[in-house]
Amino acid sequence: MTVRIRVIPCLDVANGRVVKGVNFVDLQDAGDPVEQAQAYDAAGADELCFLDITASHENRDTIIDVVRRTAEVCFMPVTVGGGVRTADDARALLMAGADKVAVNSAAVSRPEVVSDIATRFGSQCMVASIDARKVEEGRWEIFTHGGRTPTGIDALEHAVRMADLGAGELLVTSMDRDGTRDGYDLELTRTLADAVSIPVVASGGVGNLDHLVEGVTKGHANAVLAASIFHFGQYSIADAHAALRAAKLPARA
Amino acid sequence: MAETIALIDFGAGNLHSVHNALIAAGAGDVAVTADPTMVARADRIILPGVGAFGACRDALVAIDGMVAAMDRRVRGEAIPFLGICVGMQMLADKGIEFGEHDGLGWISGTVKAIEPASDEIKIPHMGWNDVTPTEGHDLLESGEAYYLHGYHFDAVNEADILAKTSHGGPLVSAVGRDNIVGVQFHPEKSQAYGLAFLKRFLEWKP
Repeated sequence: MTVRIRVIPCLDVANGRVVKGVNFVDLQDAGDPVEQAQAYDAAGADELCFLDITASHENRDTIIDVVRRTAEVCFMPVTVGGGVRTADDARALLMAGADKVAVNSAAVSRPEVVSDIATRFGSQCMVASIDARKVEEGRWEIFTHGGRTPTGIDALEHAVRMADLGAGELLVTSMDRDGTRDGYDLELTRTLADAVSIPVVASGGVGNLDHLVEGVTKGHANAVLAASIFHFGQYSIADAHAALRAAKLPARA
Repeated sequence: MAETIALIDFGAGNLHSVHNALIAAGAGDVAVTADPTMVARADRIILPGVGAFGACRDALVAIDGMVAAMDRRVRGEAIPFLGICVGMQMLADKGIEFGEHDGLGWISGTVKAIEPASDEIKIPHMGWNDVTPTEGHDLLESGEAYYLHGYHFDAVNEADILAKTSHGGPLVSAVGRDNIVGVQFHPEKSQAYGLAFLKRFLEWKP
């Protein structure tokens, strides 16, 4: 076959605790990110994404500890995003057991951090996380700080720049769709995916399994990220894989 | 008597993940070590590695006496050896990534950028893909494992290729000869398939 379309559940973590997390299995401590990661490891998720939404940069050790404890018991690839500002931030996460780090705001304000990380640790671990909003037909702009801060930067130009600087993957989140359950912004995803030679993860807005399939067939994504549809047990990872396979897409058995 | 597994520490990013996976796969005594004397008496040796070929090679060579100890123990005394990802790629004669760098030269070949046949093939090769053994090998079973690499092992001798995968054309998934095996995929990140692979390595009697 060929490389499989990846199904990636994403857990938001604040101060070492999961926000709006898994409740499809009985957990001893519903706020423990390690226990939730184990549930997804057991469910056969293709990768896991931790998004650290802790406001303060002083608390870096908390997410690093979460990653370290997760890597002790989960044998799946883990991407960690949120608050990664420097190559040393990336190093601490990678050494703790993360496989990839996602850089968002810092890659906008200081794009050279992308080449720093790619040069030191390899492009394969450098994910450029892009939060975009539609500003007019066929045009999107980058927003930072959880989608609140406009930058005036064109999303397509930014995506190409990230790839040129050595990013190994783009995580493309539509801030218009995030939380809506209306499906990915397929036009945004496709526009960026078709412009770069690196893999693209579609993110933001998934409400059902068809949305995952469309992310690939119409959005040209290589991986599909979702949160609530998995966390609340609406669909399992196996359901997602089966939906992809039913659409004749390569997915894990 | 319990065996000593030497997991070589040259600062590779996947060092701790490999250590964790070895413990989960049933390894007893795993020495995470940068000490050549420890490597010289280990019963099994594992070389991890992620990132750039040259950076990994330089970090490994910078440990005084390490490559010599590995060479003597693995190629001289034939104890089981496993290289993972860039730890596998370093077995090659050379790697072409940010310049040209010498490898260990244990398995003939060159590590070079994957050149996709079409624009639809995304690089790095990232995600779960097949492990297809080329012929029977004690360690390699057909299955799906996690890959994360933009460079691949172009082996000189077909006989050294133990398994293949496919990403816009065939790619080497595993190389080896006698007591040496190297895998491009990440067993430490390949859930049940990966842990079963590591368990077989821990029990391997080549």
